[in-house]
Amino acid sequence: MLGRLSTVERTLLYAALGVGGLLAVIPLWYMVTVALQPKIFILEAPSSLWPRAITFDNFLKAWSENDFQRYFLNSLVVAIATTVVSTALSAMAAYGFARYRFRGKEFVFGAVLVSLMVPAIMLIIPQFIVAKSLGLLNSLHGLVTVYVAMSFALNTFLLRGFFEELPRELEEAMFVDGGTPLTAFRHVVLPLAQPALATVAVFTFLFSWDEFTWALTSLNRQELRTLPIAIATFQSAHQTEWSLVFAASLIAVVPVILAFVFGQRFFIRGLSSSGLKG
Amino acid sequence: MFLAFNTYPLLKALDISVRDWSVLPDVASPFVGLKHYGEALADPVFATALRNTALYAIVTVPGQMALGLLVALGLNQISRLRTLLRTLYYLPVVTSWVVVSLIFKFIFAGDAGLANVVLRDRLGVIPDYVSWLTEPVTALFVVMLLGTWKGIGWTMVIFLAGLQGIPRELLEAGAIDGAGRWARFRHITLPLLRPATLFVLVMLLIGAFNVFISVYLLTGGKPLHQTEVLLTYMYQQAFDFLEFSYGAAISYVLAAIVFALSLVQLRVLRRPALS
Repeated sequence: MLGRLSTVERTLLYAALGVGGLLAVIPLWYMVTVALQPKIFILEAPSSLWPRAITFDNFLKAWSENDFQRYFLNSLVVAIATTVVSTALSAMAAYGFARYRFRGKEFVFGAVLVSLMVPAIMLIIPQFIVAKSLGLLNSLHGLVTVYVAMSFALNTFLLRGFFEELPRELEEAMFVDGGTPLTAFRHVVLPLAQPALATVAVFTFLFSWDEFTWALTSLNRQELRTLPIAIATFQSAHQTEWSLVFAASLIAVVPVILAFVFGQRFFIRGLSSSGLKG
Repeated sequence: MFLAFNTYPLLKALDISVRDWSVLPDVASPFVGLKHYGEALADPVFATALRNTALYAIVTVPGQMALGLLVALGLNQISRLRTLLRTLYYLPVVTSWVVVSLIFKFIFAGDAGLANVVLRDRLGVIPDYVSWLTEPVTALFVVMLLGTWKGIGWTMVIFLAGLQGIPRELLEAGAIDGAGRWARFRHITLPLLRPATLFVLVMLLIGAFNVFISVYLLTGGKPLHQTEVLLTYMYQQAFDFLEFSYGAAISYVLAAIVFALSLVQLRVLRRPALS
């Protein structure tokens, strides 16, 4: 029958996919190896893909020195605030776009679509000037404000698509029972939209957790740095401290990877319907 | 707020690019027309940056598409271990650009980096240690390798979703009509994947023209601007030299290229799926 592979073919296919998969993760695995070894082994035998002596000192040191905890906290606060505000605002906007007709609707939604196609970094110069005149540079709430604006378009676009597929009858039933649009939104639409909201929230969190360029541009004060900036700056200041750099990187990356591995179904579904690129 | 940070900047960038923008709020920014676009045309570094960016797109986009499709086709044939393997291929995608750039910086570092040790001491395929990141050609190679490696997983997921949307009956009908595996792939699978292919192509091209963090962290455009791409050059002009107008002009050239390419692709590729 169709696509039935012979045993030999099947074995070869698994072997090829396995080798490819290993090649895909070797650089990441190498980072783990380096982070787990005392510095001396890395200088002696850089090609070893297996740690020759395991120590967690690098992680302890990375975590407790160089203000790492402050940067971790900065990233966490910014990412959570961005996620909450952006998801809430774009849910309301998307609902408006999905259910109501108003003057200029097509124009505003057109603006949303255009900005989806123009990548953020192209706009960094005018954004910098706007943010400067609004006093949003060099502050974490300024960072959150800009991140919300950056993630708003995609989130609204995704949620609008989802809301339009919800049957109107449920909301209309609410109106018949004397509900207002707001109660319908809160008690019918939002509970039904939970999977979509979760997808949007996860993407927004990852975006603001990993964002580098704008944070680099807008934050001059050292104590405000987020993790990506702190890690990159630390590496360029300490060229040989690779075990610390990678221990710090792993602390920053592991939450993301765990979130991905456990929320994979979710993630992949959202990804293939939205086409968000990491 | 959305308009302030997305739509307004789009127009503001145009405005800045046709003036001699002053960083100080009280100093006037005179209108100078297309002066900065003219400067760009005459600027050899701009030409290098444009060439490198185009090269990056030409190499990494087909690379990611071919390998991503290959992996997707493979994964589509198996049932056991599929989730595990998909996760392996996808991990580079979810790891941040900063972290993967640093990993590659270490692997391709100076003398005793992993790449040199493996390629010379273990495999003997290169006669001498290569100073990967300080030679323009090899540095660009590393940047492209990183870009391709990181993007395969994303491309694979989109293609896999596309493959799973292809009705089995069509392939079975093809088999009954005596079409071999290759013929079925060529005449059934590939045409039906056209929407996914178009989408992947547009997104990857936009992404390729926006390559920034990897170059910024791996080479910083060095040596002598030889590895500069458009956005690293724009960033340097704007935020190191405070030449905001020139930077904005570079952004606009880039935006125009991306926009034109997207339009061309939509035109060329939006033909009926089955002809």
